[in-house]
Amino acid sequence: MAARKTDQAQPGSTSACRPPTTLDTLVDRTFRGLTLCFAWLTLLLIIYIFWRIGGTAIPAMHKFGISFLTSTDWDPGQGRFGILPEIWGTLYSSLLALFGGGIFGVAIAVFLTQDFLPHNVTVVLKSIIELLAAIPSVVYGLWGIFVLIPLIRPLADWLHLHLGWLPFFSTSLSGPGLFPAALVLSIMILPTVAAISQDALAAIPAKIREAAFGMGATRWESILRVFLPTASGGIFGALVLGFGRALGETMALAMLVGNSNQLTLSLFSPANTLAALLALNFPEASDYEVRVLMYAAVVLLVITFLVNVAGQLIITATLRTGGSK
Amino acid sequence: MSTPQSAATTDEVVIDCRVNKIFYGNFLAVRDSHVPILKNKITGFIGPSGCGKSTVLKSINRMNDLVRSFRFEGEIRFEGQDLYAKNVDPVTVRRYIGMVFQQPNPFSMSIYENVAFGLRLARYKGDYDARVEEALKGAALWDEVKDKLKNNGMSLSGGQQQRLCIARAIATRPPVILMDEPASALDPIATRQIEELMVELKKDYTVAIVTHNMQQALRVADKTAFFAVDISRGGRTGYLVEMGDTRELFENPREALTREYLSGEFS
Repeated sequence: MAARKTDQAQPGSTSACRPPTTLDTLVDRTFRGLTLCFAWLTLLLIIYIFWRIGGTAIPAMHKFGISFLTSTDWDPGQGRFGILPEIWGTLYSSLLALFGGGIFGVAIAVFLTQDFLPHNVTVVLKSIIELLAAIPSVVYGLWGIFVLIPLIRPLADWLHLHLGWLPFFSTSLSGPGLFPAALVLSIMILPTVAAISQDALAAIPAKIREAAFGMGATRWESILRVFLPTASGGIFGALVLGFGRALGETMALAMLVGNSNQLTLSLFSPANTLAALLALNFPEASDYEVRVLMYAAVVLLVITFLVNVAGQLIITATLRTGGSK
Repeated sequence: MSTPQSAATTDEVVIDCRVNKIFYGNFLAVRDSHVPILKNKITGFIGPSGCGKSTVLKSINRMNDLVRSFRFEGEIRFEGQDLYAKNVDPVTVRRYIGMVFQQPNPFSMSIYENVAFGLRLARYKGDYDARVEEALKGAALWDEVKDKLKNNGMSLSGGQQQRLCIARAIATRPPVILMDEPASALDPIATRQIEELMVELKKDYTVAIVTHNMQQALRVADKTAFFAVDISRGGRTGYLVEMGDTRELFENPREALTREYLSGEFS
């Protein structure tokens, strides 16, 4: 219809200019409306999840209050519940994983982005590292139990024997525990950290690279003094995402962490995490216990939420100052 | 084509640049160019695009080594040492021959740290504040930034950023500074400031500058080297057509090609 109108306006014209048809406009509007809908739906979904979990948890929150967070007992028979060891275990294992996975992930990202290798080798290595993310976490768990724990036992025994006075090595490795769990977690967050750090490092403009090398900086000096600070915002984002992933990881940890409610600094002692607690207790939980577990789930959600918000804030802050000292 | 001629020199040659061939892979980018660079003079490199003037300039401080397929035949003597000798580390060359690039490229760090960068690389033990101030004054930027040395270098305007890059390059007082079209990304006022600055700089430094702007060469350069593209053998190979005192070259070029270029017949 619109096209006919234009024809009438310019009779005999050879111009092919036409306004968009009513259908074009309609499709465009619908598309925009739909994308807007989906965007808001994700927000609604998050609110719904918080609301349902929070709703189920409210009776337990009323009953146990703050003492739930500070108590170390978990005794369904006696009706005593406390998740301090799990909160501690979650944060401790994730921090250890962040330490290991962070160092290796960033180092890999540097290695793969700074022309150390021929291009095609880099591409192959990149895909291999991304493959690490495709391994199911239950496989990581099994690998941890049957390969990793026997493998690290001699090292753990040696450390305990010679450096046992350090709180980190104060117990001997009994099998599943924090150390194997943190090692596996490190490997699991490695692809996330490496991939996002790579993007950040690859996004450094060529002119900055020229400037660093033009000043007579060696490759090491350029990386350490210029490239890493320039990419610090993105690298930090990678670490936050990796940390978030470690906090929520469930299956491998349920298999490896030892599921023992104790507060410990020792790397070789069994411990527990919130996610593992939830996974192991849900299947046999009574209605009453489900409410308690939902309370624990709320705590886990809040922790991951806070970590992500804090990460976002720090990224914005570093971007604003451009990573300057 | 005639053989390139070097300028008659009584002055001291700091860098004697003799290019026989420069390749990128199998592509012959530059051939047979002899460019002596004189102490405390500004040497201008002019010519149409693709004539290899930037390639020759960047060969002098071995920036081209960053290009994987780059290959250099010839020799560049700096204080008697061939910069392309086997035992010469390109990193060392770049510490003595500073460079300012086409696009201002300050680091994403404070103005102070940008200028102090070269000093830190050199593990300078003296007074950093004094050297930073001196370099910023030398780059005619001090008055504009002395109250905001902690601000990020990227927060400056384009012209200020370029002068910051000049300050960064001169903070360690390298004997030679190369400039690759340093004003081409700048507005006329900033360009003028950079040109005045170059003339200031030659009191203490030897400067070589690539420019696509003939008037700029006429305004600042003492010696000018004119490069052109040779398409006679089916390639696009740059070479030095002639080199001499800037006035002489502009008013009385020896080669017909130079005359045609200077009169704007091709660019």
